[in-house]
Amino acid sequence: MNALGWRRFVNAFWTVASGTGVLVALVPLASLLWLVVSHGAKGLSASFFVSLPTPVGEPGGGVGNAIVGTFFMVGLASLMALPVGVGAGVYLAEKGDGPAGRAIRFTAEVLSGVPSIVIGIVAYGLIVTQMKRFSALAGGVALALIMIPSLARSTEDFIRLVPTALREASLALGVPGWKTSLRVIIPTALGGIVTAVLLAVARAAGETAPLLFTALNNQYWNTDPTQPTASLTVQIYNYAISPYEDWHSKAWTAALVLLLLVGLLNLMARLLSRNRMAGAR
Amino acid sequence: MIPNLETTTPMKSSEERAHESGRRGAVGTRPASVSPRPHQGAGTVEPKLTVRGLNAWYGKNRALHDVNLTVAPRSVMAAIGPSGCGKSTFLRCLNRMHELIPGARAEGTLLLDGQDLLGRDVDPVTLRRRVGMVFQRPNPFPTMSIRGNVAAGLKLNRVGGDHQEIVERTLRQSALWDEVKDRLDASALSLSGGQQQRLCIARALAVEPEVLLMDEPASALDPIATAKIEDLIHELKERYTIVIVTHNMQQAGRVSDHTAFFYMGDLIEVGPTEKIFTNPSEKRTEDYVTGKFG
Repeated sequence: MNALGWRRFVNAFWTVASGTGVLVALVPLASLLWLVVSHGAKGLSASFFVSLPTPVGEPGGGVGNAIVGTFFMVGLASLMALPVGVGAGVYLAEKGDGPAGRAIRFTAEVLSGVPSIVIGIVAYGLIVTQMKRFSALAGGVALALIMIPSLARSTEDFIRLVPTALREASLALGVPGWKTSLRVIIPTALGGIVTAVLLAVARAAGETAPLLFTALNNQYWNTDPTQPTASLTVQIYNYAISPYEDWHSKAWTAALVLLLLVGLLNLMARLLSRNRMAGAR
Repeated sequence: MIPNLETTTPMKSSEERAHESGRRGAVGTRPASVSPRPHQGAGTVEPKLTVRGLNAWYGKNRALHDVNLTVAPRSVMAAIGPSGCGKSTFLRCLNRMHELIPGARAEGTLLLDGQDLLGRDVDPVTLRRRVGMVFQRPNPFPTMSIRGNVAAGLKLNRVGGDHQEIVERTLRQSALWDEVKDRLDASALSLSGGQQQRLCIARALAVEPEVLLMDEPASALDPIATAKIEDLIHELKERYTIVIVTHNMQQAGRVSDHTAFFYMGDLIEVGPTEKIFTNPSEKRTEDYVTGKFG
């Protein structure tokens, strides 16, 4: 075999090898989608989105309260996490080169690596034991604790992507530093920050463990932050561990709904970040 | 390499004299004594900018050694020299952008109309409204329209007045008005590189500075856009004092009244552009302008 032939062989070998790697990596994703859609689609109906859950054996019923509960608690969490997370990110990007910034960055990194069940226990200890009751508030706090570190880090990254030239242009016009951050740097990074927020929201919406013993669950509609609240994820968990066949199929359908919801958020984030890139050429 | 000096306007004798004093102080690397300010004799113009004993550091790395020079009002001073010679650092000291780099500092005397600028009690923010800057690469604000970019300094500094009128006037001054008057609300990024650079000049002019610093303003542009910027500099010096850093010696010859040659952080020589390019006092200047190194 001459040198050229050998090189062609090596090229073909690695093309096939890396292509196989891609296929293998796609198998779990495809099977996940296939399983959820094939099991869940048949239970999908308009009433599934708006009805309360029904007892075992009773036909119909849905996860309307769980959808509302998920939105409600993620909303509560966002109210708490957005100012803190984005604010911390701005601080890290603008003033984060000193020891304080390093400490905050390290804390955020450690915090984002903490298993979500541990975050749930912390929220249980902080809120549930104080209120002596499971509540949407406790669930919201747990989700906020999960959102804050990732928000802080990604906000920092997006602000650091803004070229120094823009900061200098603003400062050279005699604009003070704080106003430069607020009116020039942050608006330029806004597309990225919104993307980071959507991804954090999507992640929070998909969390189960921190809600298990904070928000618990609820068979009825609830938008009172001091009361236990249903969520899609916990509902799926409860349905899935039950011994009943019809609850199993409801778990699949609820999983499909959750997947659609999170997928939609991710898609929005993707589109936003793509537009941002297009705007910056 | 003989620069084209035909477009250089003849210097007024008064300005000439003001600059003679600056040159005397600057020749040589370590002047024993600081050159005195020019006397306010009949016909002598008070310098717009006076630089005395200016030193600049990046951390422990000294980037400028005892620079002394003056810039006459409504004239163009070009700073030339090979890469890393300190000419950009010099420029960035003039509006105190230098000190924004972590670890960077500057010492010496820097006078604008006789007022000290480097003092601890001087607010760099106020200074930068008087000394505007145009950067090497066009850097319009991507989130703002063409109009918004020009008015940005006024808006962000809460300066009152007729912004609409200022936008039109500065866009006319920067020779961009005819090209953009029908699309003032379009994104600044829709402009070409040369137009963006003229937009940045308009943005700098809108806050009505007295001095305009230009850091290789044409190095990222094609020859046609470069020619437009150079024409613009000729018009702008009717009203502003301009200090321009350039890599391009022909450009320095075309646009400037005076030229300062920097090498390894030292100001080697400063004087009328024509003299620097045809009959420099220093051997190193001659070697550089004739292309023997750099």
